[in-house]
Amino acid sequence: MKNKERTCNPEPFMRISKRGVVMPLWKSLGIRAIALAAALIVCAIVIFAIVKLNPIKVYGAMFEGAFGTNKRMWVTIRDMMMLLCIAIGLAPAFRMRFWNIGAEGQILAGGIVSAACMIYLSKSMATIPMMILMLALSVVAGGIWGFIPGWFKAKWNTNETLFTLMMNYIAIQITAYFVALWENPVGSNSVGVINSKTKIGWFPEIFGQDYALNVILVLALAVGMFIYLRYSKHGYEVAVVGESENTARYAAINVPKVIMRTMFLSGALCGIAGFLAVSGASHTISTSTAGGRGFTAIIVAWLAKFNSFVMIPIAALLVFLDKGAIEIASRYNLSNHVSNMLTGIILFFILGSEFFINYQVRFRGGKQKEVQA
Amino acid sequence: MTQLISLFQGGIMFGTVILYGATGEILTEKSGNLNLGVPGIMYMGGIVGLMSVFFYEMNNPAPNKLLCILIAMGCAFAASVLGGLIYSILTISLRANQNVTGLTLTIFASGFANFFGGSLNKLAGGVGQISVATTSAAFRASLPFAQDLHPILSMLLGYGFMVYLAVVLAFVTNWVINRTSVGLNLRAVGENPATADAAGINVTRYKYLATCIGAGISGLGGLYYVMDYTKGTWDSDGGIERLGWLAVALVIFSSWKPKRGIWGAYLFGMLSWLYFYLPGLTRRSMELFKMLPYLVTVIVLVVVSLRRSRENQPPAGLGLPYFREER
Repeated sequence: MKNKERTCNPEPFMRISKRGVVMPLWKSLGIRAIALAAALIVCAIVIFAIVKLNPIKVYGAMFEGAFGTNKRMWVTIRDMMMLLCIAIGLAPAFRMRFWNIGAEGQILAGGIVSAACMIYLSKSMATIPMMILMLALSVVAGGIWGFIPGWFKAKWNTNETLFTLMMNYIAIQITAYFVALWENPVGSNSVGVINSKTKIGWFPEIFGQDYALNVILVLALAVGMFIYLRYSKHGYEVAVVGESENTARYAAINVPKVIMRTMFLSGALCGIAGFLAVSGASHTISTSTAGGRGFTAIIVAWLAKFNSFVMIPIAALLVFLDKGAIEIASRYNLSNHVSNMLTGIILFFILGSEFFINYQVRFRGGKQKEVQA
Repeated sequence: MTQLISLFQGGIMFGTVILYGATGEILTEKSGNLNLGVPGIMYMGGIVGLMSVFFYEMNNPAPNKLLCILIAMGCAFAASVLGGLIYSILTISLRANQNVTGLTLTIFASGFANFFGGSLNKLAGGVGQISVATTSAAFRASLPFAQDLHPILSMLLGYGFMVYLAVVLAFVTNWVINRTSVGLNLRAVGENPATADAAGINVTRYKYLATCIGAGISGLGGLYYVMDYTKGTWDSDGGIERLGWLAVALVIFSSWKPKRGIWGAYLFGMLSWLYFYLPGLTRRSMELFKMLPYLVTVIVLVVVSLRRSRENQPPAGLGLPYFREER
């Protein structure tokens, strides 16, 4: 049957070729919008199948969960900034094709030192110098956590994907150790809110908002990273190493040095995210302080093609979904893990849509277009 | 002595979960696909296997044990293949990045599994935790005389059938990869897809089949975890995910040889339990000792990268997409 068909029609059913020219922006945005719409429809069907709620009402409820009150809106913004910060941190590493899936561990490393400062220095330091100290220490801690796999990669080409991943679990166990050390009250196996009365080491209010400082800090980092990757010599080196190590070596770029430097930077920014999580958001530390965001941020950075400003809408979408799904889950008294499921569905669709942006599909019998040289 | 035996038994239990994951992933990676979705696929296998028998037990007051096992294994395998299929469509046909797609699959499946694990009973109108006691007992049933034997013998024989199935599957996979023409073609696809394509091997079909069947095998690890370790209930503490990542690491440790994965899996399993049996540990220092399997994995990774022997290398095309028209 198949052979017969082949003899009748020698042309294959469909042909795939790489696009010679870059697609115009409106068209690529359109494809992404279609993918997103399709994903949201699938999500609505899933939610409908579970809770039997009118899909439009579902998104209404989700919107309310994310932005319903002033406080909720600020919490959504805070979490969005956290995700953005991690994605910014991961961008240089991924640009270099270094698979840093150890953001969780680097966040925890930054979080542990921030919590330590809040606990041990609460009596001896004022807020502002303590903020600066915590920032510096979390940069160093996160940076070291990223530097270790970077060093081994540069020296011996050790598989970084699994190395960084294992560093996550090592960091989680170290966090568990400190949680047991600092637990308050004793026996609760949780640290509780640190300095809940004195608020020492908490981010100060700016313009009457608790989380304004988070926004300012992360947006500054976003702009900085955009400039660093696009206009600095370092950023150029990172891009060359990512495209081809041989080319980089030929151009006299010191590849091991670039790898180690970039991994320190990547870890350091994730460390800052840990500082944000502990000092600027939850004011406590636990093994779930990173909470899987290190993995989600990878996809944010990847889909944005490492452009800080494109990361913002993607992070916003994912955090909105997360908050909305948790709202639905809590209304129906269901497990709030549903948000990861929805995130996954959306990402599948967006990942799949990239194909239609990069490749051209032509069907048999369709009009033949000459490929421009 | 009894402590040593129970350490060994714990090691076999976790080791079996890891072994399923690693065997499936070796098969997948031999085709050149690096699937970081293994933890997710194990989640899928675990939860769907659990859900299927949950409905079966709910609707049948006197469930048939054999049928329970068949339903659970069939559904777990099918769901895991489905997970592998999503990954395959995205990476092979749509050429998405393998690492990113694998991680997405893990995120999706961890949400899917923990959501239904935590809420299924409520959705079905019951109260409390999801539980399938009969099936779990059937999975854990060992040979009836195993407990009466000498402790050493019962240490080797006193497990449910899935422990032995894992070993058999590892040997079968080893045989298929190294001793059959299908395996030869598969290895050719993983080493250099362009050459394999030129030789007339259907690269796409091999990649799809290896990835999907590999995913099915990996998913059985999740089912074993749910049926044996958590005894037919669901625990959303991420235990499957941890073991899933260890399975990915074990692939490197075993240098893509399923037979070597067997003792490696049990070693990793025992390392995961060692903290429990070391004398003189406080609750605090126990937390530090729990990092042992991960620390050892890191050391293994470094040692493997240091030795760089020729026969222990990954498939040359691992992680790279194949597009015929690209040079």
